[in-house]
Amino acid sequence: MEIKQKETGQNVISDETMEYVGILAKLELSEEEKQAAKKDMERMLDYVDKLNELDTSGVEPMSHIFSVSNVFREDEVRNGDGREDALANAPERRDQAFVVPKTVDQ
Amino acid sequence: MKLLSLTAVELGNKIRAGEVTAEEAALEAFDAIDRTENQVHSFVTIDREGALERAREVQKKIMEGSLMGPLAGVPVAIKDNLCTKGMLTTCSSKILYNFIPTYTAQAVQNLEKAGAVIVGKTNMDEFAMGSTTETSAYGVTRNPWNLEHVPGGSSGGSCAAVAAEEVSFALGSDTGGSIRQPSSYCGVTGLKPTYGTVSRYGLIAYGSSLDQIGPIAKDVTDCAAILEVITSYDQKDSTSMKRKDTDFTHALVDDVKGMKIGIPGDYLGQGLEEEVKEAILAAAKVLKERGAMVEEFDLSLVDYAIPAYYVIAAAEASSNLERFDGVKYGYRTKEYEGLHNMYKKSRSEGFGTEVKRRIMLGSFVLSSGYYDAYYLKALRTKALIKQAFDKAFEKYDVILGPVAPTTAPKIGDSLCDPLKMYLGDIYTVSVNLAGLPGISVPCGLDAKGLPISLQLIGDCFQEKKIIQAAYAYEQTRPYQHCPMA
Repeated sequence: MEIKQKETGQNVISDETMEYVGILAKLELSEEEKQAAKKDMERMLDYVDKLNELDTSGVEPMSHIFSVSNVFREDEVRNGDGREDALANAPERRDQAFVVPKTVDQ
Repeated sequence: MKLLSLTAVELGNKIRAGEVTAEEAALEAFDAIDRTENQVHSFVTIDREGALERAREVQKKIMEGSLMGPLAGVPVAIKDNLCTKGMLTTCSSKILYNFIPTYTAQAVQNLEKAGAVIVGKTNMDEFAMGSTTETSAYGVTRNPWNLEHVPGGSSGGSCAAVAAEEVSFALGSDTGGSIRQPSSYCGVTGLKPTYGTVSRYGLIAYGSSLDQIGPIAKDVTDCAAILEVITSYDQKDSTSMKRKDTDFTHALVDDVKGMKIGIPGDYLGQGLEEEVKEAILAAAKVLKERGAMVEEFDLSLVDYAIPAYYVIAAAEASSNLERFDGVKYGYRTKEYEGLHNMYKKSRSEGFGTEVKRRIMLGSFVLSSGYYDAYYLKALRTKALIKQAFDKAFEKYDVILGPVAPTTAPKIGDSLCDPLKMYLGDIYTVSVNLAGLPGISVPCGLDAKGLPISLQLIGDCFQEKKIIQAAYAYEQTRPYQHCPMA
């Protein structure tokens, strides 16, 4: 996938790219929604491109503000059997399981 | 007696002194809700029976002497992105229209332990994505100061409920200004703590590296007292910080002599409404007259905070919101062909426009080919913004500026142009990127009678400095009740 830039420097996102992003996002947009989303995203990217004015060479990407280390603990059960709690909000359940559409052929 | 016109701490004192009961306070809250809710619509869920039962239990414990804290018996509202066991929690989204959590968020547990009485869950922008509380799937919330205007967002319901005096205080969450901006629009006080101070366990995540829960109340004293209660180190939140200096109420000292306050000149430029600017500078003058050293300085990078923020927030949102797929909880589409189609249809029907917009953008900036150019670029920009603040805090105790460039816009004016709406977050988002504490304190009204607030920003873990400066300022301008209340 690619995005082109118009001569004006504005971003143009192809329909294929939108299709691909829709797959990643697990969203099924109507044709109308897709066109609107495309326009929104192009405009947003034009705006985000402002970051390119900044020289960030040599700057480490910062995910955490504080130097955090992974939090380890002994692998022991602390919360008991939460099965009923986990299933309490299931849109569809059978016995002790979530029901989903069949995913493999028998 | 108008118990809800008192601050939370004042009401708590009266309850502990035996002048009123927790049940009387809760009944007054529901009276206020009955009077104003059809105009303001602060709430998604109201739990009358549960609250009254809880108030009676709390009252018993107060009388036994086993509940002594400042918030015991005080009515509170909780933003609807905080899980409450047994009580509907929707994030103002259709996709969670029937979600009843089986556990309670740690911050809310801390409040319950302190005896606060939860009266309901407040409206918000869907999944906290918005600045107006208009993107809620359950209708807009209106600004109690003027019903034609928005309350701000995303914690608009919490701020409106406090301003309209439906509750004594509320909890909100702040990812890019979502406590401070609606607090400003509604003329109440809201504090966003240092990242990691309040446990995020049970907060339905938007941008995990930015999200913080914080108090919304009438005054600084309340905010300090509430923050003291909700702060805790929590092993269930791996970014929770072990802090020692959490006795925030000790910073309620009416003294700013010698305090060094910097005003970023770049916060006073283009886009800032003249009336807001005047009110902010007048507040700065008050602090100067009271002995603070106040000067303008150049913070730099201000224009880069919003693009960096929206890339990072959208990226994290697209990842966090993957869990909503119609399998484990929430909305599932009625007709589908196979598993993947069920995911897609459930999500597409369950999420609103703004949420989909941000998930799409987030998925894009995280996709291979664009990850470096957008996502990592934004994280590098974040590092530079943090450095700019570090430099500023070498020189200043507190940074002072506006919360938002304007007062509350009219309902309907913001959503037609999302980019314009995003630009309204210019003074708040960098605080989240750098993990800093910030407080929104009312400092004036514009010609339309809408509230204006100043923002005080501290270095990481320096809540006490902003609480002290805010408290000292507040002594010169007592809380102004919203005319509706």
